[in-house]
Amino acid sequence: MSQPDTLRTPLFAAHLARGAKMTDFGGWQMPLHYGSQVAEHQAVRRAMGVFDVSHMCSVDVGGAGSRAFLRRLLAGDVGRLAAPGKALYCCMLNEAGGVVDDLIVYWLGGERYRAVVNAATAAGDLEWMRHAAAAMREVRIASRRDRAMLAVQGPRARAALWQARPEWRAASEPLGPFFAAEVAPDVLIARTGYTGEDGFEISLPAPQAVALWDALLAAGVAPCGLAARDTLRLEAGLNLFGQDMDADTTPLESGLGWTVDRSDPGRDFVGRRALDACTPSRHLVGLTLLERGVLRSHMRVRTEHGAGETTSGTFSPTLGAAIALARLPLAATAGGRAEIEIRSRWHPARIVKPPFVRNGKALV
Amino acid sequence: MNIPTELKYTKTHEWVRAEGDLLLVGITDPAQDMLGDLVFVGEIEIGKRVQAGDTAGVVESVKAAADLYAPVAGEIVAFNEALNDNPQMLNQEPYEAWIFKLRPAGAGDASGLLDAAAYKAVVAAEKS
Repeated sequence: MSQPDTLRTPLFAAHLARGAKMTDFGGWQMPLHYGSQVAEHQAVRRAMGVFDVSHMCSVDVGGAGSRAFLRRLLAGDVGRLAAPGKALYCCMLNEAGGVVDDLIVYWLGGERYRAVVNAATAAGDLEWMRHAAAAMREVRIASRRDRAMLAVQGPRARAALWQARPEWRAASEPLGPFFAAEVAPDVLIARTGYTGEDGFEISLPAPQAVALWDALLAAGVAPCGLAARDTLRLEAGLNLFGQDMDADTTPLESGLGWTVDRSDPGRDFVGRRALDACTPSRHLVGLTLLERGVLRSHMRVRTEHGAGETTSGTFSPTLGAAIALARLPLAATAGGRAEIEIRSRWHPARIVKPPFVRNGKALV
Repeated sequence: MNIPTELKYTKTHEWVRAEGDLLLVGITDPAQDMLGDLVFVGEIEIGKRVQAGDTAGVVESVKAAADLYAPVAGEIVAFNEALNDNPQMLNQEPYEAWIFKLRPAGAGDASGLLDAAAYKAVVAAEKS
């Protein structure tokens, strides 16, 4: 995944100033943690934390053909976005039904949409989108690398943002989950996230990022790195592209069947024919290890119904136990037993239905 | 980085301290810093006879697993059970939180271990 030129977000210097340990992620220099990833994890579960997610790429889609284009491009149906500001989480598929990327798409009103895609896949996504748009009329696609994005997450996150930016409160307070609003010219606030907690994702012009970051830290928000982001999203049962799903696996075998909208029989989205023709034999489940230890990706799993492997694994700070997502035979379902191979020994685990944790509470 | 001068070290980031006729073994401050938040210590077998450099157990942080190695030949005679519930002691007090005790097989075979200055050089070389 590493690229010859390492990219920096507008907050690069701010991360170093806070003592961040930096890492390469999808070609970007990003903060891994600022001292303790577990402390950052707990800050988000119990209070509030802020993540620099400026490496993710906003892609604006406009023009008279934008809606028809996105209804063709995405496995989720933007036709269901009933009000401006509404967001949709879904996948972009290839013709074989494999996942090109997962994304959130916002309807900004009229012909205007914005998709937010993963950093490591952004270049390929843009190429894929432009290729698909070439066959359609009146579609404009613009990569918005002029923007930055902060995710402020946790039970006290919204209040902290309003303390930092009181002028944004009136427009953002009424937002329900998965709704967004422009709170200032070119500043989009969405009630979304990747942690299983309440909070906002704020997309704004890059030159404004440092001031907002500083104001949030001054309001007591903990800076959090990608390491905490990974344990939070895994506890929340949220997939990571490249680990829990990829171009060779359909969303139906990745726990993402709910994001595929086949309710309109006339909507011929890319990958639909392959999905309609396939019968999934595996599905994505959660695992909790019943002994001490840590789970990782690509560990072998065996059950009475057949074998599989973990796609993501970690130690859950909230549960105090190891957890994983795993792709297993369909008959291996929540409540069943499994065994996981760790360093050549098999350890007992329980199959569960993710999420493991939501809104600070253990669910398994 | 905290590298106390009174301890001996391995190039694989264990520290060693004599206690009577036993050796206490733990992981160093640079090691815990590299690994990050530690959440598991295990696979240490009491009674296991090891040669210097043999795997003696494993420590795992949220992000990575690292083998523990025997600093000298001998027999593993104790494991610090307190680490089962509080592995973060390895982050907080790396030189207090011993992991296992070893009864050396022979006298004077700690000669292959590093002093603080030599270990500091190992850490510096890995960082560059």
